Amino acid sequence: MDKKKYVIAVYVENKYGVLTRVTSMFTRRSFNIDTLAVGETEHPEYSRITISMRGDEADKVQIVNQLKKLYNVKKVEVIEDEIGIRRELLLLKVKNNSETRSDVKDCIEAFRAKIVDYSAESLCIEMTGDTSKLNAFIENMRPFGIIEMCRTGIVAIERGPDSILTK
Amino acid sequence: MILSGAEIVVKTLIEQKIKTIFGYPGGTVIDIYDQLYKHSDEIEHVLAAHEQGASHAADGYARASGDIGVVLATSGPGATNLVTGIATAYLDSVPLLAITGNVGTSMIGKDSFQEIDITGVTLPITKHNFLVRNVEELADTIREAIKIAKSGRPGPVLVDIPKNVQQQLTEYIPAEPVVIEPIADVKDADVEEAVKMIEVANRPYIYFGGGAVRANAGKLIEELAEKMDGVMGASMMGLSEVPDSNPRYLGMQGMHGHYASSIAMAEADLIIAIGVRFSDRATGNTSKFSTEAKKIHVDVDISEFNKNINVDLSVAGNIRDFLDKVITKISKKDNKAWMIRVDTLKDQEKKQEDPNFLPMLAVRAASDITTPDTRCITDVGQHQMWAAQHYAFTEKRTWVSSGGLGTMGFGMGAAIGAAYGSGKRSVLFTGDGSFAMNMNELATAVTYNVPLTIVLMNNGVLGMVRQWQTLFYDKKYSNTVLQRKTDFVKYAEAMGATGFKAESIEEFKDVFEKAYALEGPALIDLRIDKDEMVLPMVPAGGTFDKIITERGDK
Repeated sequence: MDKKKYVIAVYVENKYGVLTRVTSMFTRRSFNIDTLAVGETEHPEYSRITISMRGDEADKVQIVNQLKKLYNVKKVEVIEDEIGIRRELLLLKVKNNSETRSDVKDCIEAFRAKIVDYSAESLCIEMTGDTSKLNAFIENMRPFGIIEMCRTGIVAIERGPDSILTK
Repeated sequence: MILSGAEIVVKTLIEQKIKTIFGYPGGTVIDIYDQLYKHSDEIEHVLAAHEQGASHAADGYARASGDIGVVLATSGPGATNLVTGIATAYLDSVPLLAITGNVGTSMIGKDSFQEIDITGVTLPITKHNFLVRNVEELADTIREAIKIAKSGRPGPVLVDIPKNVQQQLTEYIPAEPVVIEPIADVKDADVEEAVKMIEVANRPYIYFGGGAVRANAGKLIEELAEKMDGVMGASMMGLSEVPDSNPRYLGMQGMHGHYASSIAMAEADLIIAIGVRFSDRATGNTSKFSTEAKKIHVDVDISEFNKNINVDLSVAGNIRDFLDKVITKISKKDNKAWMIRVDTLKDQEKKQEDPNFLPMLAVRAASDITTPDTRCITDVGQHQMWAAQHYAFTEKRTWVSSGGLGTMGFGMGAAIGAAYGSGKRSVLFTGDGSFAMNMNELATAVTYNVPLTIVLMNNGVLGMVRQWQTLFYDKKYSNTVLQRKTDFVKYAEAMGATGFKAESIEEFKDVFEKAYALEGPALIDLRIDKDEMVLPMVPAGGTFDKIITERGDK
């Protein structure tokens, strides 16, 4: 079966060790996490873990069912492509010199990224977007000399007025 | 009333109707033991020889009774010694509460003496676990742990309690025993679909396992088999749920299952899988497993659906509810050709039998002599399969054996626990390999005068591994020949039990009757040939048409 990328949002109780419980289940069941992001939610007692993973339909079902069995997990939802908004944040440091500066700036403009730090030798760029946009931007930056970069992993939310916690 | 954390632990267990716990004292549980001393008329503590034995005892207690088993151990090595026991319970979905002490909260993370992160260690082998940091949460955490362990698909839960939490004082408010979460009824649409599939099936086979035992579904399974004119077979975990006397019941299927049961499953056109997980030991090669058959899978745990085997209909929810509804809705079927075929398979199985096969004769003799409520416990290896194949079960929950984890050394602890859990006698089938792993627990059995008969099948080798070496490793017996000088009869007597020896079926029958009539523990050293094999056998990852039914050298 074809491997697809899935984004799964998990509401978990805001308790000691819960992230380990979730990630250790992936390891134990031999599934790979591509990206993982954790943060606060609209409810102080819950955190939201957003996991992106690659797998086939059966993998997805198995992961969702295994997640639902974890005691501290309150809600599991696969954020489907058609109704999901997916974003990642990228911070990237690239070499700065007079020969390439204008090309770098053109690229930043084209991708609607922004410069957040400037020094004689480097530019620090912030950009948000979906994974493919970030990947494309990084490829464009490569020839200019990437010094350092980091990205947050995907966070995702569904369109429309509902919360996945109550649906 | 204001009580210490340690007293709250004991009072909460009493309040939750826990009558017996198994354990071993140590530095970080002295306070709890002090309270067990104080409340010894309300709750019994069985002191094991080793925490592992205590954990298997709690497991055996749970399997033999259907209730939860409780084990208590100290921090560090006490806690890590529970790990195999907890994992055994996890793989077989046994409700178990493990309570461990830990160093005080201010000492946690400092590599203090006998400190171990036991919630971390047991994370992948517990249904859930807790580290209790506040005494105010202690009673409710224990209640919740019991509820989690017993609800839905059961499993072990560990509660780790730092020493200072045991010493802190707080208000204890007694509560009623927890009510386990009800299992939802199955969907009507699923019942309709299942009924349709059964109506068109000509060769139906019910494959049931541990979930059917948990649901107490045996009677209904027999009813369904009768009405749809089909047959039944069990995974190893399903044994004793349906009596062996039912002619529609073909016994254990799978790697070492009965010939008729495994072949009937391979030839069926409909498999109704009830409370099973399609273990690799039950299916062999999953891609070639009963490809002709339509499959219905009924289970409480939805993550089991399509995990190992893809099925045509998965039914989530209460097994009894499903069986009730399906039995009512199907018409009385007549699958004469199928029943004739099954009879032929049974005849073939009978013909394969070697009438002088000592392990089989010994198991059957023990099975004949014991009362139907006797608990049949095993360790892991050849003796386990022989017991599974040839012991005739009539009452439920009389089979206690480590299936998923296959834990050698399980038997002694489990046999002690099973006797406590059932209030009946235990018969342990073990081998010289398995028994030697935890034979220290014979001391426990003697101390508490546990009604236990041990049948030790002694062949001087690790028979199951040796069998694989014979069949698949060119008879290179690497480290499976036990060149030990252990005299098990003397050992039994040194520990305060009674020892017997037998070398033939006549001798065995004679000493078994004597041993079984004794009140306390007795051991029978039964000598068997080192080259005996467990047959039939479907090699790991093999298919049922490649089943091995006889020894190549015979």
